[in-house]
This record gives sequence, structure tokens and C-alpha cells, in this order.
Amino acid sequence: MNSTRKFGDPILAVNNISLSFGGVKALTDISFDILQGEIRAIIGPNGAGKSSMLNVINGFYQPQEGEVWFDGKLRGPLRPYEIARQGIARTFQNIALFKGMSTLDNLMTGRITKMHANMFWQALWKGKAENEELEHRERVEHIIDFLEIQAIRKTPVGRLPYGLQKRVELGRALAAESKLLLLDEPMAGMNLEEKQDMCRFILEVNDQFGTTIALIEHDMSVVMDIADRVVVLDYGKKIGDGYPDEVRNDKDVIDAYLGVAHD
Amino acid sequence: MFYRESGDFKTSYAADQQTFPIRFDRIVIALVLVFAFAVVPFFINDYWEKSILLPFLVWSLAALGLNILTGYCGQVSLGTGGFMAVGAYACYKLTTGFPDLNIIFVILLSGGITALVGIVFGLPSLRIKGFYLAVATLASQFFLVWLFNKVPWFYNYSASGQISMPERTLFGTAVTGSAATPWATYLFSLLFVVVFAFIARNLTRGRLGRSWMAIRDMDIAAEIIGVPPLQAKLSAFAVSSFYIGLSGALFFGVYLGAVEPTEAFGIDKSFLVLFMIIIGGLGSIFGSFVGAAFMTLLPVLFKNIMVGGFGWPTDMVQHFIFMLVGGLIMFFLIVEPHGLAQLWRVTKEKLRLWPFPH
Repeated sequence: MNSTRKFGDPILAVNNISLSFGGVKALTDISFDILQGEIRAIIGPNGAGKSSMLNVINGFYQPQEGEVWFDGKLRGPLRPYEIARQGIARTFQNIALFKGMSTLDNLMTGRITKMHANMFWQALWKGKAENEELEHRERVEHIIDFLEIQAIRKTPVGRLPYGLQKRVELGRALAAESKLLLLDEPMAGMNLEEKQDMCRFILEVNDQFGTTIALIEHDMSVVMDIADRVVVLDYGKKIGDGYPDEVRNDKDVIDAYLGVAHD
Repeated sequence: MFYRESGDFKTSYAADQQTFPIRFDRIVIALVLVFAFAVVPFFINDYWEKSILLPFLVWSLAALGLNILTGYCGQVSLGTGGFMAVGAYACYKLTTGFPDLNIIFVILLSGGITALVGIVFGLPSLRIKGFYLAVATLASQFFLVWLFNKVPWFYNYSASGQISMPERTLFGTAVTGSAATPWATYLFSLLFVVVFAFIARNLTRGRLGRSWMAIRDMDIAAEIIGVPPLQAKLSAFAVSSFYIGLSGALFFGVYLGAVEPTEAFGIDKSFLVLFMIIIGGLGSIFGSFVGAAFMTLLPVLFKNIMVGGFGWPTDMVQHFIFMLVGGLIMFFLIVEPHGLAQLWRVTKEKLRLWPFPH
């Protein structure tokens, strides 16, 4: 099924990325691309450099070598918030919600790159600031409906259970209406039912809004089911890249996951 | 019973996100405002003005300011006293330098100047946080007070080193100086506090407030989803210092009339305001007022009861009040670490369900 889906041009391409922290090489000469509209999985054993790769993509780390092309343009060294403005949103492995704020406010913060009323109008509230607020509230309410979190709209997220927090975090990333969505282990620590819900949301986001998604995930059955193409990393090197079926039967990948006897 | 939201349906997002979503709240606030503006001025006397209402209003404004910085944006500051001094000296230099300038503009400009100074002293916050930032802001406290003591230009070369506020009028009524009547100074300060409390509420519920809270709750995630940390932190420092500058200007110009910097704007004032917002509630507009009321009015109340009611000697009562207020601070922090505003919030939630708790 996966191989029959048609995609556009690459929305993001990384070429020969190398990243090291002092003497530790986190990524070595990594190249791959993500096509417009696809779901791209990045997998690999613990410490393979998957999260570092996402951190490079959204600008939290600056690689020592290599280049990142986004949306057809070579990207210079930008701050993470500038990259967010260009249209890359993400979720985090350990939930990084704003715990003191309500679900609604968290989602509204996700739209912060799209709000522009200046301090004067905000102090006045009536007029420009209120209109902007209502306009964005409407968009956020769509996401709340979509993720089925209406009941916890006004609850401070610190009080929510883990599964719901993960869902709110997805909502905050969705609220940005980005071109590329990076999901760092969206299903970590979830039970089967929650995983099914999350898969459904990811597939629907991709299908309904046409959002390109790159995700890191450890649950291989999930990856094989929903990903269009898979990149495999191990010890900071790329050891596999292709359709799920190809990757599943690749000898290097099997060795990396199961270990191999050195003789 | 009477305090509930059932039957109070919201049919638009605008109605849902108003400041006081519950009808009872709106009525109470309106009544309080009418009482404060239309009734109190007729009954106010010198004692109520100088000992109770003006200190409460001035410190509320300072607490609001620090709460924006510390409560909403998470940047701890111990420079409040220094920034109040900037407001006071700006007010003094502006009134003496431009005698024709309307007093409202003088106060607002004092806030503006303090905002600029606040931005400068906020720059370290881009690199350091938490306790380290608190120590860095401590530098501003000592530096600013030292500056106002050392450079004679700031106190117009007066022999005593003090500054004192000349008389200024608004609509023909003196609001500063010795001729100002209690009702005039009270109304003048009240106007500032009410207007700027609403502005604080508007700023904190919109885009700016969310970017502050995002920085407070998780600064790295905030930057990655698109909050520029530089802008968010410096705007918090600017707005916060503006409020503290206003409060410093009112403290000097309207409340005290004459100040000496070391005594009036010492480090104890910085701590006082910090205690106010911790006891009142970090990240709460209402909490700023409750905290200011707690720290300024409780000692007065105890004094009245003990000296006036029981006839105990004043000096003993003074020490007794220290112990009592200190004990109460500890009690409230143990009962509710998130401050009196949180206590009030919990009470309200219980009231909504009363008398059926389940």
C-alpha cells in the first residue's frame, strides 16, 4: 500500500550532516530527504542519533558540516524560533508542555508565530487584539475537536494524565499549521489503545491537511504500518533508507537491532 | 449557592474568554469599583489615606509589576527597590525640569524611563536564570541607590540629598505637595492602579502573556515553537519596570512627598514586594492585590487591635507584630504554597458545588 502513494518534491533535504560534541561524534555524514506529503520514519537503537537529527532539523543544534535544504532553499544558521516561523513544528520525547497553562493556552501558544498585534493593541484588548485572539481561537477549537480533547480545554496541563499530555503536545504542534511536523517518539509509554488513537491522528493529519511528517518511533509494528519510507541510524551513521519492506529485510538493520556476533 | 456558573451559558468565544466569566464576579467587581470611586472619597480622612489606602495602592502597583516579571515570565528579580527609585527620581527630575508638564504625563514618563532602565538591567537574563539572575538584579538594586546618592544632579544639588515633590495640580486640584487633600491623592492613585490592573490583565491573557508564560514554564520548548526569548524576556522586564516605575513615582510624589534614597528604596523594599507576590500568588493579578493587602494592611490591623483595643505599649506591639506576621506568612505558605490567590480559587471551586460536594 505504501509504495503506491505519490509524493511531491523534497520539502526537506539534509546533505552530509556531521555533528559532534567535543570528541563524541553524534552524527556522521548523514544525507536523506523528506518528500512533500509523506510520513518519514527515523528509527534506530538507543543513542543512534535520532533525536540529534531532529534537533539539527529544527535548528536547536548547529551541525559542524553539511547543509539543510528546506522548502527549496538552502538554510543558513538560524535561531530555532526563526525556523519555527519558516514552518517546522515539533513535539518532544519527554513532554515539553507549558505546565502552568491550560490546554487551550498551550495550543494558542502553538500559534504564536501567526499572531502579530503589538503591545499597544494588546493593552487595549478591544479591537485588533481581541479579533486576532478570536480568529485564532476558532482555528484552535478545530484542533481541539479533531483531537477529541474538548473536555480538558480549560484544565492546566500539569494535572492531565500522560496519554492526554502527549495528545495536547501533538495539538500544540498542529496548531502551528507547519509545513513539516517532527514527532519525537509520539507513542512512547502509551498503551495499545492510546497508540491506536495516536496512529489514527497522525494518519488523519497527514491525509486531511497534507502535512509532511517525520517521526521517531521504537514500536516497529507502528513504523512499518504508517511510514511511507524509513531511515535507519546506528551510532550516528545511516545504515538503511527505503520503503518499510526493504528496510525490514536489510541485513545491516537486522544486525543493528539484534546485535551480531563478532568473530 | 449564589456563586455558580450553571445557567450562565457562553455562546461565543468572546464571551468565554472575558476577564470575569461568572456573572456574580462581574457584579461584585462593579460594586467594588463604584464604592472605591464614588463612596470612599467622601469619607476618607488623613489617617485612612496615609496609613492604609495609599500604601495599599502604591504597593499593589509594585506587586503587579514584579508579578509580571517573576510570576508570569519566571525571571526572579531583587531589583524592585532600585527600579522604584528610578521612577521616583525620574518623577522628581521631570516635575522640576518641566514645571508645565501635566502630572499624569510626568508619572507615565517616569514609568517609561524606568522601563528603559529595566531593559538594560534585564540583559543578563538572556544568559543566566534562577538564583543567579536574582543575584545579578541585586546589583541593580545597589547600583541605582548608590547612583542617586552620589550624583548631585539627580537631587538638584540640594543640601540634604533629599528630594521633595513640589505641588502639582490636576483639573485645578492639588494632587501632590502638602496642600493635596486626602481624597485627591487617593483618587489620583486609584485611577492609575485600576487602569493599569486592567492593562496588566489584557497583556497577560494575550499573545505577549502566553510568550512570557511559555518562557517561564519551559524556555527551550518555547523557543522551538517560535517564541523569541530575547523579545519575550526583555518585554517582560520593560513592562514590569514600567509598573514598578509608576509605583515608585506615586510612592515618592503622591504618598511620601519627600524621600531619601537609601532609606526609602533599600533592599528591604525589594524583598517586601517579592514576599507580596509569593504570598499573594505568582502569576495572578488578583494575587498581587491580595499580597499587597496582606503585607501592608495586616500590621496596621494588628496595631489597631493591640494598641487601640488592648492598650499594650507600642514598642512591644511592634515586636509582637513582626512575630505574628512572620508566623502567618509561614502558615499560609504551608497551607497553600501557590499563594492566597490559589486558596481563593479553591474556595470558589468548592462554592460552585456547594452544598453538594460530589
